Amino acid sequence: MKTKITIAVTGLNNTDNPGPGVPVIRGIRESDVFETRILGLAYENLEPGIYMPGMVDKTYRVPYPSEGSDVLVNRILEIHKKDPIDVLIPNFDAELYAFMRSENILKEAGIKTFLPTLEQFEERHKTNLPDFGEKYDLDVPFSKTITRIDEIATLKEEFDYPVMVKGKFYDAYLAYNEEQVRMNYNKISAKWGLPVIIQEFIKGTEVNVVALGDGRGNTIGAVPMRKQFITDKGKAWSGITLDDQKMLDLTYRIIRATKWRGGMEVELVKSHKNKFYIIEINPRIPAWVYLAVGAGQNLPEALVKLALGMAVTPYVDYQVGKMFIRYSYDLIIDLNVFEKLSTLGEL
Amino acid sequence: MRIKKNIAVSSTGFVFNPTTGDSYTINQVGQEILGYLDKNKSLDEITSLMITAYDIDGPGFEKYFFDFISMLRQFELLEEENEN
Repeated sequence: MKTKITIAVTGLNNTDNPGPGVPVIRGIRESDVFETRILGLAYENLEPGIYMPGMVDKTYRVPYPSEGSDVLVNRILEIHKKDPIDVLIPNFDAELYAFMRSENILKEAGIKTFLPTLEQFEERHKTNLPDFGEKYDLDVPFSKTITRIDEIATLKEEFDYPVMVKGKFYDAYLAYNEEQVRMNYNKISAKWGLPVIIQEFIKGTEVNVVALGDGRGNTIGAVPMRKQFITDKGKAWSGITLDDQKMLDLTYRIIRATKWRGGMEVELVKSHKNKFYIIEINPRIPAWVYLAVGAGQNLPEALVKLALGMAVTPYVDYQVGKMFIRYSYDLIIDLNVFEKLSTLGEL
Repeated sequence: MRIKKNIAVSSTGFVFNPTTGDSYTINQVGQEILGYLDKNKSLDEITSLMITAYDIDGPGFEKYFFDFISMLRQFELLEEENEN
């Protein structure tokens, strides 16, 4: 008999720059262990996951983390009072800080999470990646954070062009000269604030690993993938699972060394000399996690088990050569449905 | 000179490298040559088999053969001599 639980999930923005909410829900819905009621937590009324058939049972509007961590957490607690939540799965980097900081408040209220610690979150941060590499003896590209536009002129002393220009949470652009760095600096800082990260560009193939750590150094699951088709926003539109022990060993090493707790995405560049450089570590499940589910590792389900304190047997295998291909699809809804969410804040 | 053990070649000529995720298609002649390489046949043996089966002379075949091999090498599909 399946265990009945209620799980609240963010990241329902299944757009051309998708959040991980919908694939996380799909994984959970396929669980043999849980019979789940899904509460969607939406930041915008037009997040497609709200309206997709079979995804959420109920949606609540929540305020952006930029309005204040307490405002967001209080809204979650308010929802919890009328619609009790067993497990909360946040899926955005930008909201994680609020939930990590409030983990105990949520726990006392009866809402379980399975998130990285603040220390884990901070040390793998893009701005701290060089120190992270040094601390754990990992290859990372040279990078520098800048907070003033006049620093761009001095970059040529430390970098060869092209360079990557990155936002602290999202966005990354390749810049071939000072002017392009300046343009991307303005674009990124206007959207995500400062600092902006300048990173050495490593030529090679971009490959990624989705993984789940149990917080004690064990890897519960890990699946490597190569993006086969990339959108103009740098997002995978298609990908394939790989058989690459080096990528897996590197992931196990990171999880063991950091005692990583929760979902993680390791972004790597494989150079032409077959050397792996870590370009980013994202502190959450990525939007392509359903590929891992399809390949035999239901990591969203395993994350829920960990949050509930259940014993989880680590996955040791997955199918190599499984592919995903995203697609776009027009959902038709009536205005009164949209109106209900817009005016009442729930649907 | 052999195709790496983990490379999958289907009967329709679809070649998949599970380490890189790359896939290729090869025609029937290519499949035949891969089959001979897999059986550890030497260049002389392969040349002899191919010039018997097709309307091509030895030097002509060898030119295409080495082109084909260098392409396989470039795509990292070959088990190199110094690899385990």
